[in-house]
Amino acid sequence: MANPAAKQDPLEARLAALSMPDCAGWAADARNGALGRLRAIGLPSKRDEYWKFTNPATLTQADAPGASLFKHEEPLPFAEVDRLHIVFVDGVFDAEASDDLAMEGIEIERLSDAQTRDIHWAKDLYGSLEADGQTPVDRPLAALNTAFASDGIVIRVSGQPTKPINFTYRHRDESSDVILHHVVKVEEGAKVTILENGPAAARFSKTMEVDVADNAEFHHVRTQGRDHERRAVTHMFARLGENSVFKSFTMTVNGVLTRNEAVIDIRGDNATAHIAGAAVGDKATGDFHHDDTVFITHDAVNCESRQVFKKVLRNGAEGVFQGKILVKPGAQKTDGYQLSQALLLDDDSSFQAKPELEIYADDVQCSHGSTTGAIDEEAHFYLRSRGVPADIATDLLVLAFLAESIDEIEDETLRADILDRLQAWLDRHRG
Amino acid sequence: MLDIKNLHVSLEEEDKQILKGVDLTVEAGKVHAIMGPNGSGKSTLSYVLSGRDGYEVTNGAASLKGEDLLDMEPEERAAAGLFLAFQYPVEIPGVGNMTFLRTAVNAQRKARGEEELSAADFLKEVRAKAKALKIDADMLKRPVNVGFSGGEKKRNEILQMAMLEPAMCILDETDSGLDVDAMKLVAEGVNALRDEGRGFLVITHYQRLLDHIKPDVVHIMANGRIVKTGGPELALEVEQNGYADILAEVA
Repeated sequence: MANPAAKQDPLEARLAALSMPDCAGWAADARNGALGRLRAIGLPSKRDEYWKFTNPATLTQADAPGASLFKHEEPLPFAEVDRLHIVFVDGVFDAEASDDLAMEGIEIERLSDAQTRDIHWAKDLYGSLEADGQTPVDRPLAALNTAFASDGIVIRVSGQPTKPINFTYRHRDESSDVILHHVVKVEEGAKVTILENGPAAARFSKTMEVDVADNAEFHHVRTQGRDHERRAVTHMFARLGENSVFKSFTMTVNGVLTRNEAVIDIRGDNATAHIAGAAVGDKATGDFHHDDTVFITHDAVNCESRQVFKKVLRNGAEGVFQGKILVKPGAQKTDGYQLSQALLLDDDSSFQAKPELEIYADDVQCSHGSTTGAIDEEAHFYLRSRGVPADIATDLLVLAFLAESIDEIEDETLRADILDRLQAWLDRHRG
Repeated sequence: MLDIKNLHVSLEEEDKQILKGVDLTVEAGKVHAIMGPNGSGKSTLSYVLSGRDGYEVTNGAASLKGEDLLDMEPEERAAAGLFLAFQYPVEIPGVGNMTFLRTAVNAQRKARGEEELSAADFLKEVRAKAKALKIDADMLKRPVNVGFSGGEKKRNEILQMAMLEPAMCILDETDSGLDVDAMKLVAEGVNALRDEGRGFLVITHYQRLLDHIKPDVVHIMANGRIVKTGGPELALEVEQNGYADILAEVA
């Protein structure tokens, strides 16, 4: 950090607007530890290397800028999925709108209930993966989240629950400023799917810490959408055991500012980590800035990681990708793949990418590619020559461009749902 | 069916005239062939008619069934009944062949005010037509033309033509890159579509395609103009003597 002292004033202003909930000793320790980390590094600023392409000012200022609600008839994603539904309204758990939290093979609890108990399994995880994820890159907004999260869910998976868990984040209050923190522990041989959707808040900070034990599987499909003026910073911290599987997909539409950070630590041999994203933005309906920042550490033998990030940007929308694969000494037989691509539908839109590989083992296979391009005119004309109108031809090529990331969703129903959403967005943004 | 009058066309990017007064009429039910040496403007003619960017019509007119083609967008020309089988069919990764065909068929029906084809009817029709062209289910599922051999791409063009049932078909060097068997298959596909209401314009370098698709009229194009018109025997003459004699004769 260049000059932490200079950052203290904005930090104090931000902290003055926050309060720590009452907690048991272990949880208070975790939160105070995070506050200590935050004080040591200070809030991020545009001058920081890691925030060069995304200005964090509106994420760090004391008061959240408001965000009006985008009203349309379309139901939220996953409405048709057989799920265990957990609803937050402006960041507050809504028991009435949520399903009963009891299900075979899984233990679901509200964070505030867990953190007021003197002894709880979440003690070993809450703030712990986030703290690990602060090296080698500072993630001050994640530390702030751990310290001040006002709500969240802790989940322990011991079996293979029959339904996915779906967090829906409803946004009702135009000035809501929300900090949520979830913890997910997938025990040995267990398997779970977590779905997330909804615009959440005017300003949303969310952290999810996920511990995937040996032979366990964690699947994650998320949509961030709707409200044009919403802002979000999210962190996913995951730790992977032997033979474990981690797969995460995010679709983002609209949003004046979104920064999604994923920090994946592969500790066990033969593990698989896939992370993908499809983001579409059209500045004609509101400013759009989307940032995917990924850090994958290979610290085990024979593991595979795959990053597939695609962005479609229109009318001056902005996209950012920062992705790193770190292969530690001894992490032989690593197979790392990283792809970040943007389709710019006009000259006003922009994409900035910083792909990085850092490799300290000699028997590894790592590749990365980053491209920025326009619609393929030849293909576009070919479609039109068969009678497909120009705008529909563009939509077909946009969906074709996004396909490689959407195909990362294994479940067919979920994949179809995401495709429907994208099609609906394209229909609304034709022209 | 297709009427081209005194068509003059330049490249947009450079001041270069390619077509220098093309006159051509293709009647319904007839097959016309255009032959000519490289650079004579044959492919340009097909692109201009289908509405590709990059060309400027400086003079003349082209109409399909009396409708001014040059005023229409490419998709409007297609809906009006024009079809161009590409010399180099384009690969479109990520767009399934089936999705592409169905979108095209239904977009044209919609543009003509007809009802869209149901999924079941479409599937039935496409399977029958694909079978005749020896296009298997796997090719239908794959992305448009991606990983297709030269012959598969050309058969895929003919499948599109069969599904779209255009009034006027232009085939731009459909024989290029085909072995004899593939050419026969493509020709059979074309011949199956021949009927009284449909016109064909077959552009080719060689006479051999015309052994399989028998033309009613043969035109020789050179230097941006049609320089000679005759019956099928004109194609044989080209095959035996090359273009030099004919060009010398009209020069």
